[in-house]
Formats: sequence, structure tokens, C-alpha cells
Amino acid sequence: MRGGMRNAMPEQPADIRNKNFEEVALGYTKEMAVDEAQRCLNCPKPRCVEGCPVNVEIPKFIKAVAEENFAEAIKILKRKNSLPAVCGRVCPQENQCESKCVLGIKGESVAIGRLERFVADYARENGLDAVEAGEITPKGKKVAIVGSGPSGLTAAGDLAKLGYEVTLYEALHDAGGVLMYGIPQFRLPKEIVQHEIKALKDLGVKIVVNAVIGRTFTIKELMEEEGFDAVYVGTGAGLPYFMQIDGENLNGVYSANEFLTRVNLMKAYQFPKVATPVYVGKKAAIVGAGNVAMDAARTAKRLGAEHVYIVYRRGEDEMPARKEEIHHAKEEGIELRLLNNPVRILGDDKGWVNGLECVKMELGEPDASGRRSPVEVKGSEYVLDVDMVVMAIGQGPNPLIKQTTPELEVNKRGNIVANEVGATSIPGVFAGGDIVTGAATVISAMGAGKRAAQAIDEYLNNL
Amino acid sequence: MAKILFMQNLAPSIYEFVVDAPLVAHKCQPGQFVMVRTDEYSERIPLTIADFDREKGTITLIVQAVGNTTQHLCESFKEGDDILDIAGPLGQPSHMKNFGTVVVVGGGIGVAPVYPIARAYHELGNKVISIIGARNKDLVIWQDKMAAISDEVIVTTDDGSAGRKGFVTDPLREMLEAGAKVDLVLAIGPVIMMKNVAATTKPFEVPTTASLNTIMVDGTGMCGGCRVMVGGENKFACVDGPEFDAHQVDFANLVMRQQMYKNQEVLEYSCGGHCRCVEE
Repeated sequence: MRGGMRNAMPEQPADIRNKNFEEVALGYTKEMAVDEAQRCLNCPKPRCVEGCPVNVEIPKFIKAVAEENFAEAIKILKRKNSLPAVCGRVCPQENQCESKCVLGIKGESVAIGRLERFVADYARENGLDAVEAGEITPKGKKVAIVGSGPSGLTAAGDLAKLGYEVTLYEALHDAGGVLMYGIPQFRLPKEIVQHEIKALKDLGVKIVVNAVIGRTFTIKELMEEEGFDAVYVGTGAGLPYFMQIDGENLNGVYSANEFLTRVNLMKAYQFPKVATPVYVGKKAAIVGAGNVAMDAARTAKRLGAEHVYIVYRRGEDEMPARKEEIHHAKEEGIELRLLNNPVRILGDDKGWVNGLECVKMELGEPDASGRRSPVEVKGSEYVLDVDMVVMAIGQGPNPLIKQTTPELEVNKRGNIVANEVGATSIPGVFAGGDIVTGAATVISAMGAGKRAAQAIDEYLNNL
Repeated sequence: MAKILFMQNLAPSIYEFVVDAPLVAHKCQPGQFVMVRTDEYSERIPLTIADFDREKGTITLIVQAVGNTTQHLCESFKEGDDILDIAGPLGQPSHMKNFGTVVVVGGGIGVAPVYPIARAYHELGNKVISIIGARNKDLVIWQDKMAAISDEVIVTTDDGSAGRKGFVTDPLREMLEAGAKVDLVLAIGPVIMMKNVAATTKPFEVPTTASLNTIMVDGTGMCGGCRVMVGGENKFACVDGPEFDAHQVDFANLVMRQQMYKNQEVLEYSCGGHCRCVEE
């Protein structure tokens, strides 16, 4: 079949999509999906399942697709993964399930992520993913979930299915966390996120927005005054880092979080129809090379920046973003300025950015992370002509819960200390996702939410 | 949803809103703020809590129609309407103790956020001297409320139409030059006023606090849009503040950052703000 190659993903052409916010990848047709599913060898010992942080029964759902039984396929997916439409779009499958596929040894692995997306989309569009009510036996216990990102959503769904009364607290006005404020519409349409959240509501999960835990309620108040028997903290990595170089407070300098939140959550791309403005320069430098940097770069391009540079101190092989995102970004005209490290940001007399001074780098010996560490080339400083800078060098834990929960143990970076199932230093308080591990992926946060839901169930059963 | 229970016009373009927000009213402390989103097209804007009633579950917000969202709130909303989102209370509460003598300075609608802090100072036994400044007599708000919790109230207007002619810094400077014992100065108002208050008290080494109303998106530490240099370090006004040592704040940088969206604001107003005339 196709000489060991997978079915290509239909996409909007690069020079069209880089001017709109419609989804880049269009998704498989039914025919493509069935054809792709038929490539699966249905291995007796499926290694792909081990590669999945939530252990989706991959060969089983793919078999159902091959047999065109999509209702069965979505049921199998949802048994382990409550957000398949999201994961099918943003999971780094190439490092997880697909990296283990035996077809990948000689040819290309089965396109598991694309099939997952197809099944979720098909089920949503054809009403096959409605929650079957009436199977849940109430346990009469209450669990509070703090943060409605991928980790909290997963924990909420699993706990609701186990019969707990679940309340999900979100600080912003829309639930979804990074899926709403961080990942752009062109990669993850917000309607899909909201559909998944509606499914949770159908399961009986109560969602309270505008509730900033640490301020509106402390963790202690949730347990002692609001009557929750357990709390799961999945507040993510929401505090943006800056480089601490000169000029970062000039106008025209954003954290990636601010730039993306303005555009995604506040929909500033529709300004002035919506009231939230966003500044976009003609020449934008995005500092960093992770997925967030790619999102910021491609967003700036869509908002009309003529030149968008990714400024990164290492080389292309060291870029932490998914290969697919880097490929998409390049196709859309994003220019890579690799082995360049920002030294300071220059501004005009009115306080606006008008340049980014960089020093060139070369790769030296591998460092602790195994990546070759960059070394400055003496005297190679130059000024990159830009009028916008976005810092996308990572995010840390928000300090609010730490500040207001003194008995909760955190490490020196401010991440909550939790064991492998999420138990923290406070009995009944569990934590997982980026707030524990530091910024990572959607699926690893979901895996943590899943494990914690199990652990919370055990904890409450033994109370 | 937060229902507007009471609304009144205090001065040209300045409105008082009493809003049903029990979760905020239950917890808020003087010095804290809320993030407000009026409707689905709105920005998220920070508004300092000007008063609260824990029993009734209400908070009071004083709003001046100066930007798109504040104009919309003041001009299109009426009693009984719902404000779509109010999140809070946010920010660090004001530091409260008996300092001795405290001078509180409120410029324009800055009087409103000063009020609950001054009241708490008063309740803790501080001597409270209030200086209220405005452009003219019509823009002086809450003078009676301030008088009720102050040992002395001084009003200044730019044009002399109420109180003494001049700026809030004039009586403050005279007081300090006369050797009055002042243990703390709190200033809330336009950035330029807070900058001038800080410059006035600096030579006398009087501890001075300013509450910064910076540009914010989320108000919870997530965007960094509110960052401000304080003592050479970058701080987030939303989670580290909003109150800071005024002698350490880089006001010049703050003034500059407040200009970030001036061009966009012109674009908004050209279509009358929320008219929705521009489609995609």
C-alpha cells in the first residue's frame, strides 16, 4: 500500500493560510482515514500503546476505523482520552505513539494522530460522541479541580465518570486554559475546545469561571468551608519569563503569553470589532524556538508582519518545537535566525522598539540536556532591524497558590512537589501537569490528570 | 454575571456602580482590584474596589469613561443590567497597621480606591489627613465620604473652583516643609500625580506608597503586560502589586508604557467604540 508511506494531510496552501486564522490542517476525509487505518498491522504486542501517556487502545480504535465503525472508534478513544479532538491536533505523536510503530522502521508509521483527529471530528459532526448518561453511580463526595487546562479537564472527566461531584475552577472567563489562551485558532479551533468542555458539563461537572484560587478561595477554604473532600491543582505554567536584558520594557515588547492571550482568548485579531487591541510590527523578532514561539511567529505573520524572525541561540536540530510546526512556520515565510542570542533591545526616544541587538553563537560541547551548548562569537554583535519583539523563552508556575498555601511544599523554581500519582505535602491535595513538571506538553498534563484522578479515587475510598 | 444594583453619575463622565459580586465581597481587602469584562466583545480591564459590603455581597466600582470599555460601561449599562465577568479580588492587599500619621492623596477618581484604605487606616487608629485633587470642582468626588473617615480633608483644584488653587503636591510640600510628622504617604491617581507626590516626599524621606493602575490583560500574573520597574527589578503590578514603594518606581517607563495603544484607541473611537460596524 503506497510503498510504506502514510496518507498526506490536506492543508490550506501556505501563502493563503498565513493571512487567515482558519485551521491549517484540514483533516482526513473518510476515505483517507479508512485507507490509512488499513495500514495498521494490529500488532499482538502494540508498542504504540506504551508510547501514549494515557495508553489509548490505539490498534483497537484503528481497527474500528478500518471497519468504518466510527461510533465504536470514538468509544474506544474516549475510554482513555477525554480530549481526542485536541490530542489529535496538538500531541507530538512523532515522539510518542507513532515513534514506536513498527511500520516506521522501514517506511512511515501509521498516522495515529491524524486518525484520532478524524474520529473525534467525525463523531462530533455526526453526534456520535454524546455522553451516555445514567451509568454513573454518585459517590456522594466532592472534588475541586483548580485550573481548567488539559490536566484539570482530564481529571474532572475521569472523576465525574467515577461518580464524584466535580467543580472546576477557572481564573479566566472561559474554561480551557492554555487550549483557549495559548494555542492559536489556526492550530486548535476554540469551538472544538468548547465542545469538549460541554461534554464535561453533560457529565455533571460544574464549571466556575472568574474564580482565582488563592484569592477568591484559598485551597484551605475549598476544603474547610466549601466542603470539598479533595482538591486537584492543575494551574499550569502561566507566568511568563523574560530574559532580563535591557529594553524589555519598551513598547512593542510582549511576552508570548500576552501576545497570544490578546489574540486567542480576547480575539484581538478581530479588532476593532472586539475591543482588545494588539500591536503588530512590520518586522517582528520572536525570541525562542519552542511550540509557543512558532505559534507567536505564525500569529504575527497572520496579523500582517512583513518579516517574522525566530531568534534562537542554538541550531535548527536543537529547536524544541515539533518538526511539523517548524515546517509549517517555514512554509508560511517565517525566517529562522539561528545561532543568534539577543543581548539587548533598542528603542527610539518615544520608548518604542527599533532594534534587537544580537550576538552570533557557535555550537560547542553537549551540555547536561545533551544538546550542544551555544558559545558566543566574540565581536559578532549586530542589530536586527525590528519594531516588535516577543519573548517566548518559557513560562514558570504562577505564585498565587504558593503564596496563599504556605503548607504546600514547592521546589526552588516554585513548582509544586508531588509524587508520581500527584499527592502533595497536604493530605487530600493533589497536583499535576505543568505546575509540577514545569512547562511540558498537553498530553503529559493529561496523563498526570488521569493518574491523579485514580489516586484521588483511591484516597477517597480509603477515607 | 454580576448585576448592577445601583448606579449614579458622580461627576462629568464619572459613575459609581454597586455590583452584586458575593465571592469578591466575601474576601476582598482594601487595595485589591477586580478584572471586569463587560460583554463578549469587551476588553478585560482592572478596576480597583472602592468599597464593599460583605453582608450584602456587593462591591462598589468608580469608573471614568476614558477608554473604549469604560465608555461602554458608563454609557450603555444601567441599573439591573448584568456585567458579564468580574474576577477577583486580585493583587496584594494594602499593608495595614497603625503607622501614626498617614497622608492619603487621591487625584481625580483615585479618591475612590484611596477610600477603603484610608477608612482602614482610620479604624486602626491612624491620624488620617486626606488630600483630594481634581481639575475643577465638578470633578471632586466623595469629599463627604472622605471627611467621615479623615481627621482633616484638603481639596485642591487646578482652576481654584473648589478648595485651594493648585496641585495636591502643594499642601503636601507645605506640610512637610513645616516639619509635620508624617509616617506614611499613600498616593493613587494619574501616573504623573503619583510621580510628583513621590518626588515631593523623597527629600523628606517619608515612606510613600503608590497604587499602579497599569495595562493588564488577565490580572493574574499570566501576561506580564503590567510589568513595571521597581528598584531596578521588573515587577508584575497584578501579583506583586498594585502597591509599590513610590520612591522605587520607574514612573518615566510607566508613563511611556501607558501610551502603547494610543493609536489603536483612535481607531476605536473613529467608529464610536462598540458600534460593531467593522465586520471581519
